Amino acid sequence: MAKGDRGAPARGKEVAGEPAPDFVQLLTPDGERIDKSVGADGVEYTIDLTDEEYRGLYRDLVVIRRLDAEATALQRQGELGIWASLLGQEAAQVGSGRALRPQDMAFPTYREHGVLYCRGIDPILPLSLYRGVDQGAWDPAEFKVNMYTIVIGAQTLHATGYAMGITKDGKVGGDDGEAVICYFGDGATSQGDVNEAFIWSSVFHAPIVFFCQNNQYAISEPIEKQTRIPLYRRADGFGFPGLRVDGNDVLATYAVTRTALDNARHGQGPTLIEAYTYRMGAHTTTDDPTRYRVASEVEEWQARDPIARVRAFVEKQQIADAAFIAEVDEQAKQEALQLRERVLAMPDPHPLTLFDHVYPNGSPVVDAQRERYAEYLDSFEGSAH
Amino acid sequence: MSRIKEFPLPDLGEGLVEGEILKWLVAVGDTIELNQPIVEVETAKAAVEIPAKWAGKVHAIHHEEGTTVEVGVPIISIDTDPGAGEPAEPERTPVLVGYGPRTGAASRRPRRTNGSTAAVSPPPVVVAPAPPPPPPVVEAPAPPARALAKPPVRKFARDLGVDLTGLVGTGPQGSITRDDVQAAVSAPAAAPALAPDFAAGREQRIPIKGVRKLTAENMVSSAFTAPHVTVFLTIDMTRSMEALDRLRALPEWREVRISPLLLVAKAVLLAVGRHPLVNSTWAGDEIIVKQYVNLGIAAATERGLIVPNIKDAGRLPLRELADAMTALVQTAKSGRTAPADMSGGTFTITNVGVFGVDTGTPILPPGESAILAFGAVRAAPWVHEGEIRVRQVTTLGLSFDHRIIDGELGAKFLRDVGAFLTDPEASLLAWT
Repeated sequence: MAKGDRGAPARGKEVAGEPAPDFVQLLTPDGERIDKSVGADGVEYTIDLTDEEYRGLYRDLVVIRRLDAEATALQRQGELGIWASLLGQEAAQVGSGRALRPQDMAFPTYREHGVLYCRGIDPILPLSLYRGVDQGAWDPAEFKVNMYTIVIGAQTLHATGYAMGITKDGKVGGDDGEAVICYFGDGATSQGDVNEAFIWSSVFHAPIVFFCQNNQYAISEPIEKQTRIPLYRRADGFGFPGLRVDGNDVLATYAVTRTALDNARHGQGPTLIEAYTYRMGAHTTTDDPTRYRVASEVEEWQARDPIARVRAFVEKQQIADAAFIAEVDEQAKQEALQLRERVLAMPDPHPLTLFDHVYPNGSPVVDAQRERYAEYLDSFEGSAH
Repeated sequence: MSRIKEFPLPDLGEGLVEGEILKWLVAVGDTIELNQPIVEVETAKAAVEIPAKWAGKVHAIHHEEGTTVEVGVPIISIDTDPGAGEPAEPERTPVLVGYGPRTGAASRRPRRTNGSTAAVSPPPVVVAPAPPPPPPVVEAPAPPARALAKPPVRKFARDLGVDLTGLVGTGPQGSITRDDVQAAVSAPAAAPALAPDFAAGREQRIPIKGVRKLTAENMVSSAFTAPHVTVFLTIDMTRSMEALDRLRALPEWREVRISPLLLVAKAVLLAVGRHPLVNSTWAGDEIIVKQYVNLGIAAATERGLIVPNIKDAGRLPLRELADAMTALVQTAKSGRTAPADMSGGTFTITNVGVFGVDTGTPILPPGESAILAFGAVRAAPWVHEGEIRVRQVTTLGLSFDHRIIDGELGAKFLRDVGAFLTDPEASLLAWT
């Protein structure tokens, strides 16, 4: 299928691990730059960044991968209850995260640690959630990132409602307009919530970008069990543009997300971006991917690594030298060590904090429950809560 | 603070109580770095590598490969400052999550006595009962493990009446070859005079764990709790076999995999409807009679015997029942049966016929009151309409809990199952 050709629907299956034929790509796995790439929406995508910006993207990618690896290790050492690793999806998260403007609002799943990092959220905060110390402790209003949503696909409706609210507030229509990005995975597209969100966003022309990280597996279910056509083409049926991007290409992801967000903020309605990527690790630390996928498939994706291609590019173009690469590695290592120390030093939460933040302005019912629970805790010998 | 730190096995996957040490990647005396992989551990959910929590020198390894360790038990000690001379006593570090397996009731801090809370009269606090033990995974009696052999060898052995399970294979992976079978046939003729050699090398020690351990626990608890009675019935199921052939010929059934077990399941479901007490649980002070049948099918898998069940099987049309049975067995064989599919069974069928035996005296899965063994269907001489004919004959065995079911009810139920299989058309007309 030629790029941009939206002719007869392709019969047949989506198969995990097979290269995507029709995606936007600006940086090949070998680190070769592609000038222009036409998306399935017919738009020609290109990007022109400064050397500083290229180095910045490389730094983001390396640091979030290292922090993610530290979090996985901490779980294996009994310091986190569970961890959902982003390994392999760094480019999709950094490319889209860096395309956001300060006024834009993001709705993550529970794996968008890279997006949080790009938004300036302290990397300790997703870990405190997974350690069971809090329920997610960043201020969504301050960082413009909603809480992690564990329920699959539920955030798409929250995001749609938020986007409709932006329109009602009259904050759409100019360069300073606001837009929403909503993250979800390939498995979530089978959820009713996601389809409802598509309908509402389409009909109400909501300023939203649906950013689907197709990492090929919904836990153990391969993509061919979710769809018979490429996921981005679902948008067609709902009445808004959809396109697929090489989700392991940080430049292409950045370019398409920036354009889609700009369209949204200018009142052009929703876009579905399917970032075609691969989850290199387990679904979560509780999962064993060797039970449902073959090593050769993982190796194929290893060759499309999102970081290796940026490194090859910046080295070949002499945008970065060996000293820069070493400096980034050292920064990543130090940030990971700090993260570890801070996790180990994290105090257990006070049991009564469970009752905090239930209502913004408190509630007599919750207050009474808190009091009763405090009395209950007091009824134990040696209680010093 | 001690420099020797003990690393306890953490809960690696949300609520696990134990893990098996697969492989140590380091040895005592090795210098290790932070996050260096030190050990592979397999839990019920995944096999994972654990990275070192501290840099230093391996001081001691507490459990050998192959042992199963409870969550919270130290598995390795690491000297975090090996340059500083003789170490002191090790220090234990707590695990964040996972508290090891529960033994009996949960222990709790003692409550203050009434006097100590003085004037404040606390509201009556309902003390939650100790958490119930995890629901037992339903297991049925284990048929003998299937010996490795190629199909022609199996047939050869069957033709000669040789039981493969008793043979030692000399083929690849210990599989039994044609020669092994031949040797077994001629063996009795050989002199048995050789003194047997019972050297230790000829004994294999298999650690008891996983499915085997669970099976054993369930079997023991069932066998010594419920008084078992088993009754047998040999029937001519030729008409059932013919009905299956006609079913297979129907266009809408063409792609469905069906076996006689499907009709046995149907017979059980209909007979349970006629004798509901068979589908019940002894709950100590009462008998719980269930109006639904979660039909368990015992399946031999590589990991051992598991008994997944089809929920509310009585409500399924025959076609859906067939699909459910196929899916159930395939899922079980691929080792992907979910725990929920193995709990809540109300009646179980064990298809011992696939192992080539005629019947058995199965042990009840805990919580169930009856279990049916379906033996091999064989062409055999049978008196049919006054003459001796070759018919498709099988033997059914029904074990039941005599606390609930008397001999009369057990016999009636088994007779109904047999009646259906003898003449499925008439039974369907008469009963439904």
